[in-house]
Amino acid sequence: MDRAANRSTPNGVVAVAIEDDVFIVGGGIAGMTAALAAAEAGASARLATKKQSTLRQASGLADVLGYVNGDLVVDPFEKIQTLPAEHPYSIVGESAIRAGLARFDRVTGDTYRGSHTDRNALVPTHGGTVKPTARYPESVAAGLGSDDRDMLLAGFDGLVDFDAPAAAAHLEAAGVPFDTRGVTVTFPLDFEPDAKKTRFAHALDIDEGDVRGRLADRIAKVHENEPRIGLPAVLGTDEHRRIRTELANTLDADVFEVPTGPPSLPGIRLEGVYLSALRDAGVEIVRNEVVDFERSGKRITSVTVDRNGQRIPHAASSFVLATGGLVGTGLISDREAVREPVFDCHIQVPEDREDWYERDLYGEQPYAKFGVSVDEQLRPQTVGGEPEFENLRAAGSVLGGFDFPASGSGTGISLATGSLAGRLAGEEAT
Amino acid sequence: MPDATEVLVIGGGSTGTGLVRDLARRGIDATLVESGTLASGTTGRMHGLLHSGARYAVSDPESARECISENAILRDIAGHCIEPTGGLFVKRPEDSESYFDDKVTACRDCDIPVEVLSGEDARSIEPALDPSVERAIAVPDAAIDPFRLCVANAVDAENHGARIETHAEVVDLKVEDGAVVGAVIAQDPKSGDTETASDSARETILADHVVNAAGAWAGQIAGLADIEVAVRPSKGAMTVLNSRPVDTVINRCRPKGDADIVVPHETTAILGTTDVEVADPDAYAEAQWEVDLLIEELSELVPGIRDARTVRSYWGVRPLYEPPETGTDDPSDITRNYFVLDHKSRDDTAGLTTIVGGKLTTYRLMAEAVGDHVCDKLGIDARSDTASAPLPGSEHPGDIEAAMDRFGLRSPIARRSAERLGSRTEDVLAKVDPNPVVCNCEAVTRAEIQDAIEGTGPDLNAIRIRTRASMGNCQGGRCGHRLAAELHPTFDEPTAREALDELREERWKGQRHALWGVQLSQAMLNDAHFRTTLNEDRDPARTGESVDWAAFDDGSGGKPVDTKRGGGRGD
Repeated sequence: MDRAANRSTPNGVVAVAIEDDVFIVGGGIAGMTAALAAAEAGASARLATKKQSTLRQASGLADVLGYVNGDLVVDPFEKIQTLPAEHPYSIVGESAIRAGLARFDRVTGDTYRGSHTDRNALVPTHGGTVKPTARYPESVAAGLGSDDRDMLLAGFDGLVDFDAPAAAAHLEAAGVPFDTRGVTVTFPLDFEPDAKKTRFAHALDIDEGDVRGRLADRIAKVHENEPRIGLPAVLGTDEHRRIRTELANTLDADVFEVPTGPPSLPGIRLEGVYLSALRDAGVEIVRNEVVDFERSGKRITSVTVDRNGQRIPHAASSFVLATGGLVGTGLISDREAVREPVFDCHIQVPEDREDWYERDLYGEQPYAKFGVSVDEQLRPQTVGGEPEFENLRAAGSVLGGFDFPASGSGTGISLATGSLAGRLAGEEAT
Repeated sequence: MPDATEVLVIGGGSTGTGLVRDLARRGIDATLVESGTLASGTTGRMHGLLHSGARYAVSDPESARECISENAILRDIAGHCIEPTGGLFVKRPEDSESYFDDKVTACRDCDIPVEVLSGEDARSIEPALDPSVERAIAVPDAAIDPFRLCVANAVDAENHGARIETHAEVVDLKVEDGAVVGAVIAQDPKSGDTETASDSARETILADHVVNAAGAWAGQIAGLADIEVAVRPSKGAMTVLNSRPVDTVINRCRPKGDADIVVPHETTAILGTTDVEVADPDAYAEAQWEVDLLIEELSELVPGIRDARTVRSYWGVRPLYEPPETGTDDPSDITRNYFVLDHKSRDDTAGLTTIVGGKLTTYRLMAEAVGDHVCDKLGIDARSDTASAPLPGSEHPGDIEAAMDRFGLRSPIARRSAERLGSRTEDVLAKVDPNPVVCNCEAVTRAEIQDAIEGTGPDLNAIRIRTRASMGNCQGGRCGHRLAAELHPTFDEPTAREALDELREERWKGQRHALWGVQLSQAMLNDAHFRTTLNEDRDPARTGESVDWAAFDDGSGGKPVDTKRGGGRGD
């Protein structure tokens, strides 16, 4: 698949660049989606990712649009036309959003739910309220807030991120249409005081010290015939289906997971599903940071990755910038400015740093909307509104003009813009 | 029937808690009221420096002598609140030679032990110092945790029979026949005292004598008895780094000026400060220029500060005071001495004494002086023993290692707990099993949180200052909801939720002054956690919004939920 091309470096040494049709910078959900879309368009695709994906930080839910101006959204597709013109959804349109979701549904197969309806689902959070989302892992499906069956929540006393009695009391205060009860059970194994969730998941994966059966017995002792039981989302990585099934069979109830903060097992599992889809699609993955690029006029000709101090050039016909926003270091800042560090695309921010934020924590935070602005082809624009490069497109949280925490739209924007950017890049390159 | 006490102390900062301890240990029945949490005013908003006195040696030798004497006393009685970092006064080429020499001489005159170092010697102690630093003076400065200090004073006072009321605001002073005879208190439900948890319960506390130790707010308290105390509040900015570029207190050796000190503190370093007089200690601008000035100026001493990660900035208000006829213009020229105002002789109003001015390092001395004054007023013959009696937590320095061994905690976590708890380590850790870490940034375990809850009630900001939980890199991003959950079920769910909202608000207040670089990314990550994963901002329990549950996907009509069937390997 690779084609070699001779390139002259500035010091005259001829280096052999690895060449692809499309090169994607960034390994989050937007970048992986773009790579799949490019491959589907018949292009050879290569993706560079510098570290662990931010999927580990996310809940693993795939939201499309949860709130508009603070109002809870039932059907995202009924509200998209109300968004401002600079919003990425307005730029790409409903068909691109649907295409992105359809690709997500194909990739995730039966590991995710929600594709049967346009309506959002309300999923319990680990703090004890509910959150709207368009797609949800099968492991959380039995916990939906609109399902009126009574619920038992069970936490583990060494796992501080999910306090089941507090979450149950909070869900009642949120007005859920069922009874909830919370209990804390002692996890059958002793871990270090700062054990991460992945430690719990690993023990369950390998059934360390018969932990699965012993845990089921402990929950059974406090179970009062509630038809569904929620546990913190640590029920294994590779073996998560088997673990849930065993617990459900022993307890004679549906078992579901409550998504938690990082590290997020549903996020890690989703990353695994995507990585295997990338493998199947023949996408090459480079686990190094892009540190430089070469240009010829208005076109990017290659990017350079750093492999343990060695500079490796990668040439391509088209490039996709999917490095994430402030969380994923797709945007970096100092006291004066915010920059896009890979291609130095223009980022518009208020001159005065005091205008970067609102005094109200849950106000409309200006910094949340920082990012590149793009044309209808998703090409980043200069301050004058021209494309920065003819063959560069941007996708996901590196885009500006939307506030994903306030609007509950982070995954949907990554899916929609990743799909479109990848497809356009693939079509252009082939 | 109103409550009665011999002495009512107004203000829960270092002076007030020090005084109530001093009085209680003399056998006097004393009550302290504080409108917020302990140390929530100036005391908790300073840079955490235990002065050697070197800073004042040239300009104010009397203050300098008091500082070095109290510095030694506090190392004995409050060891668990102090990190003996040592301090350096460093001189850059443009700083005055003669001032440097004057400083050395003046310190020696004040019995402050000093050592003059070359630039190379200073850098061998602190490699992060700028190469241009020519000379330095080593002095016995230290870092002190003002929160822990106030809490330890309050606990010891309670152990000796005193009553401590937080979230108890003085709304009036009772004046009868030209004498103050007590105060009217509005109690906030957050006090955790469930019996008085009705909103804004009013209580009158009668007292033989009232001491106004409200610091920057002392003028407002005195005003309730129509007495004028012209406190001149002066704000100072402090910026918190997430790391310690230096392990020694670094002062710039020049006569006076803004932005001249770096204090390593726990896992952080605090940059200070500015000095701007303000009209109202509750309403003043928190200006970006102050933060930028601290970073720029102090980078000249420690270049690594320029690109260090800052986690927040905060402002404190100095309770400066000078006798009315003095008329100093520049607030940095106003004396840092303390004044005991006897309102009987000064204003012909008996029953009230005001203590203003001063600084944290001399809090104990101030408390003793006021204690003596009050005893004199009340005709009580009892001596202060606070110069030699250790504070709770500092009684048995050797116990810490044993407790760490016994609880077998992994070393970094155990050490952090033990440093915070001092000789209370064993008692506190024995209460909870298992004892997971709740705040990862500061390695605070459940046992410490539960101990703080027992001491302070459902106030996460009070729990924060006792434990340092939520004071690290993520500013409560990861642990805030866990802390709230620790309040439940001792306190009900709405109480826990409100406490969380207050913690979020307080953390954001300082963090919003640090929104660039990694901390801006952290703020975005916190947003994602709070507003997406936890959905706290649109929580129906908080907004009161009623949800049309039936309008949303209930899971039916899709692929079957198959946890009871099938199985096999995932993915």
